[in-house]
Amino acid sequence: MDIVDVAQGEVGPIAEFWSFLREGRFMIQRSASTGACVFYPRIMIPGTGESDLEWVEAAGRATVYANTMVPRPEEHGGAYSLALVDLEEGPRMLTRIEGIAPEDIRIGMDVVARVERLREDPEDAQPVVVFYPENR
Amino acid sequence: MTETLRGKTAVVGIGESGLGKSPGWDPMELMGSAVTRALDDAGLELADIDGLCTSSFYHYFPTLSAAEYLGLRPKWSSADSIGGPSFMNHLIHAAAAIDAGLCNNVLICYGSHARSSRNLNGNIETPEFEKAYHYQVPISGYALAASRHMHEYGTTRQQMAEVAVSARKWGQLTPGAFARDPLTVEDVLASRMVQSPLSALDCCLMTDGATAMIVSRADRARDTRQSPIYFLGGAAAIWHREISQMEDLTVTPASESGPRAFQMAGIGLEDVDVVELYDAFTINTILFLEDLGFCKKGEGGAFVSDGRIAPGGRLPVNTNGGGLSYGHPNMYGSLCMTEAIKQLRGGQGERQVDDAQIAVAHGNGACLSAQVTTVFGTAATL
Repeated sequence: MDIVDVAQGEVGPIAEFWSFLREGRFMIQRSASTGACVFYPRIMIPGTGESDLEWVEAAGRATVYANTMVPRPEEHGGAYSLALVDLEEGPRMLTRIEGIAPEDIRIGMDVVARVERLREDPEDAQPVVVFYPENR
Repeated sequence: MTETLRGKTAVVGIGESGLGKSPGWDPMELMGSAVTRALDDAGLELADIDGLCTSSFYHYFPTLSAAEYLGLRPKWSSADSIGGPSFMNHLIHAAAAIDAGLCNNVLICYGSHARSSRNLNGNIETPEFEKAYHYQVPISGYALAASRHMHEYGTTRQQMAEVAVSARKWGQLTPGAFARDPLTVEDVLASRMVQSPLSALDCCLMTDGATAMIVSRADRARDTRQSPIYFLGGAAAIWHREISQMEDLTVTPASESGPRAFQMAGIGLEDVDVVELYDAFTINTILFLEDLGFCKKGEGGAFVSDGRIAPGGRLPVNTNGGGLSYGHPNMYGSLCMTEAIKQLRGGQGERQVDDAQIAVAHGNGACLSAQVTTVFGTAATL
């Protein structure tokens, strides 16, 4: 297994990921040798250990794998979804589905990514990746 | 794995304390109370204990805090921290340590004031890539798992409600069970939606409470006060921390821990008389019955219907009422084991399973993340 060194003066992949999002970019890591992608950001592909990871722009297309609705009073932003989506590149991630009433979200639905802050978060909050139903 | 640890150790004492509401009691005080009960049950003294296992949401060095509180100086300890099944894993580790000659009498203990303190998560963090979305540990993960099981297999909220109703019927037969009111499927469906598809009555109780268990070498166990209940086998499967990293939300690590444990115990499913499963949410019972092999994958919803796991049903499951009706002091795993021991000792009144010789106690940790299966038997099973 290849040794992964900590490069002084650089940040780790998790900090890099959040930094990309602040630039409005949804990036994920891909192994140059195998093409396998990983999320959340890591120093290697879990389980197999390839460390030749490069950042690639995510296509932003995904399918809803599982979904739950969290009830919340309107004055606090109203009910919201928490969903697991399978990215076209392979990895699964937790996210929110926006642009649709949470009760109308269906498993298997195609969704597309946007980088934005959560609607209830303050304006200076860290942007995250959320998904919207395709063609909306 | 072969039958390496089968029958080498036995549970010689158990104790429960403060289950339900115990306002004003600290977790260590509750735990200490359960320890006094377990020692009395076994006819042992604190000085006989030379091994210690515990886990906690409130103490970062749980075995150190417990050893200090009780005045023990154990020569072996384990604080494996994998949530609910920590205590099952402690038992497996204790059996191995005793078999290796590292110690003779291990105390496995636990205490929580979750209900009275309203501090449900204690030191537990929400992982970074979940926290960013205002994810709620642990219920969000179980709601997601339930949604997927319903999607793939047509499992219904009614079927999940059957789990809660069966548990309540057992709880009504159990002295000390926290939730004893009559409960119907309609009541469960009508209860407040917490996170779809899980309503309030799909969720376990949140109580205070403590447990203690003493495990000894089998050759020493014969001299203790109670009939020893033998540890026949056990196995763990550890897969992930948070559910976003779980490959298939309908297949849990129980699919690995169960077969490994049954192999060590040298038993088949047909030998099991009573089953205690960690039912943090109603979907758990369905998932674990499938993954342990009591029914096929996807058929758990139908399996739990029509009273099959209720009192008088074909498979006695969660015979004290489970985490849904008996009690749930943050981590329920140790209560699965104490109920298994009680059933094998016998004399449990209305809820006693006839001629119970072999019991399975199965624990679930974090978000379907860690599963540990244990098998216990009476002397007749050796």
